[in-house]
Amino acid sequence: MWDAFGFEFVNFYLIPGLVLGCIYALGAIGITLTFGILRFANFAHGELMMMGAYLTWTIMAIITAVIGITVHPLIAAIPASIVVIYLFFWTDKFFYKPFRKADTIKVVMASFGMMLILRSAVQVIWGPNQLTFVPGIAKPNAGLMSWTDDIGAILLIPNKHLLIFAGTIVFVVVLSYILNRTRIGKAMRAVSDSPDLAHVTGIDVDQVIRATWIVGGVCALAAGVFLAMDIQLLETTMGFRMLLPMFAAAILGGIGKPYGAVAGGLIIGLAEELSAYPWIGTEPLLSPGYKTGVAFAIMVVMLILRPQGLFKGRSF
Amino acid sequence: MEAYLGYFLYLLSLLTVGGIYAIFALGLNVQWGFAGLFNVGIVGFAAVGAYTYALLTTAESTFHYGGFGLPLPVGMFVAMITSALVAAVIGLICIRLRSDYLAIATIGIAEIIKLILKNETDVTNGPRGINKIPRTWEHFSEERFYSSWPLSWFGTPENWAAFFDGLPNWWWQPCFAGTILLFMYIIYRMLERARVSPWGRMMTAIRENEPAVRAAGKNVTARRVEAFVIGAAIMGFGGALFAQHLRLIEPTNTFDPAKVTFLVWVMLILGGSGNNRGAMLGAFLIWTIWSASELMISGIIDLVGFVAQSFDTTILETRAGFLRMMLIGVLMQVILQKFPEGILPEVRPASPRSKL
Repeated sequence: MWDAFGFEFVNFYLIPGLVLGCIYALGAIGITLTFGILRFANFAHGELMMMGAYLTWTIMAIITAVIGITVHPLIAAIPASIVVIYLFFWTDKFFYKPFRKADTIKVVMASFGMMLILRSAVQVIWGPNQLTFVPGIAKPNAGLMSWTDDIGAILLIPNKHLLIFAGTIVFVVVLSYILNRTRIGKAMRAVSDSPDLAHVTGIDVDQVIRATWIVGGVCALAAGVFLAMDIQLLETTMGFRMLLPMFAAAILGGIGKPYGAVAGGLIIGLAEELSAYPWIGTEPLLSPGYKTGVAFAIMVVMLILRPQGLFKGRSF
Repeated sequence: MEAYLGYFLYLLSLLTVGGIYAIFALGLNVQWGFAGLFNVGIVGFAAVGAYTYALLTTAESTFHYGGFGLPLPVGMFVAMITSALVAAVIGLICIRLRSDYLAIATIGIAEIIKLILKNETDVTNGPRGINKIPRTWEHFSEERFYSSWPLSWFGTPENWAAFFDGLPNWWWQPCFAGTILLFMYIIYRMLERARVSPWGRMMTAIRENEPAVRAAGKNVTARRVEAFVIGAAIMGFGGALFAQHLRLIEPTNTFDPAKVTFLVWVMLILGGSGNNRGAMLGAFLIWTIWSASELMISGIIDLVGFVAQSFDTTILETRAGFLRMMLIGVLMQVILQKFPEGILPEVRPASPRSKL
């Protein structure tokens, strides 16, 4: 069974698809929560993700310059997460809050403007060129490779991908704990399901909004750092490139449903990578240049057939 | 005299590009100002128009599909139709959903269009783009135009070649700017007519109070799709003019969402959404600020380089453009919060009966 087909399929299509899916899933959690609780599509989400990765890079560079040791991106991401959370608070306070009582489309416009402001800010501060995030070639994990070789199914997974899988699982478990077991998490779900009922029961909406930005912000930062770890470089367009698949994942899973976003992200990531597999003949089924188009096609089909998403989210 | 000519040509180029942006802003005004449809894929519709025009009107070429050498008005007309068709597909899918979905879908379709333009290298020559796009008026001085109908009725190719050699090399600039302003004026008059017509008043009613219009038995979805398609057709036309102005188009830098979609939005919001005159005023104003600030910033950089000799100004030069974009973004946020009506606020058309 584990012939050349399986080897190539699993290592070069399935695993990269899952990695991409994890990144989309983490990004889509923030989008779906903002859409469900604050009721607008946040176009600036991808850019904040990108900015988080840049901040992590900067903190890594500062630590290297001061102490002289290279820290792992995930450690540098902890101080960066505080900055990113404040960035989310700050954009909310100055740019989104003034429109909270107004037509929702005004907030979407503001977030669209924010997207350009944040991207230009990154381009002004860090320059428009690509930066190397982690140098070197990522070798497959040797232990996993020899162990899977013994049972006859070689898996080539670099450590960075193992970290991304583990990190995503940790994030989803923590998120489900927050949403199901804590008071604030239950309040968030209540506001997402029915804002009027939640308001009547005396839930502090401002607190819920702050919690939404914290959860969305941390997930966005994680997605940004994981993406930078995966492609090993930073560029100013990486946030925008992620935006469409993340929206597609949020819509696919159902707006306001974090688990739906995770499932949607994994489906979109897998679909994007697997669409390039030579299913028929030896040519890729779809030219790899059209990967982003897969996410869009899935989204359009969902909007036609089932706008509320797989997990029966909110449809407007 | 030479200096004045330079200023004159700079003014003409401001009018040319400003006029093209005004056409984009008028198209967006139909979608957003009239019908309240949030389109963030202007760049996609512009690109469809530009590429359609380019493929239809360029001379036969080995780099891209065709080069059909069709007459220019045909190219512009088909550009409008193609853009309208793309909009119709998107509109029929997304307009019945809430405005956020339309926003996501339009930004998506703009990216997909660019993806297709980049990847279908046989048709569009991919990232290298299409060049030698004929520009209205200037194209007459190309051999394939002056040696064919209609110019061949009036003189032999040799006569025409001699005639165009005798003209100063900028002769076409005033004509091209005038043509664009004329097109802009025609579109403006048509939209003004539409705005005060029953159709336009219905659009305002749909935007302001949809349930009431539905209760009155109007087909809201069909009217919205109409507004979306008309707006996109105007944008496609603007895209064709954009291609003429640039003469070389390629998918990435020419059709940068920041420089097309975003600027047009700022123009419309600043000028006053819902007001056609406001859309045009905003377009010329923002375009003037945009291109004047380019000169100003490069002047400041020169000054910095002069004052601090040891300072390397190249880093400023590469980043100044982004700073400019950031400031325009901040300007948009300020307008959105403090002056949501824009410079020329919307004037509601009075019902004809109320004038009696």
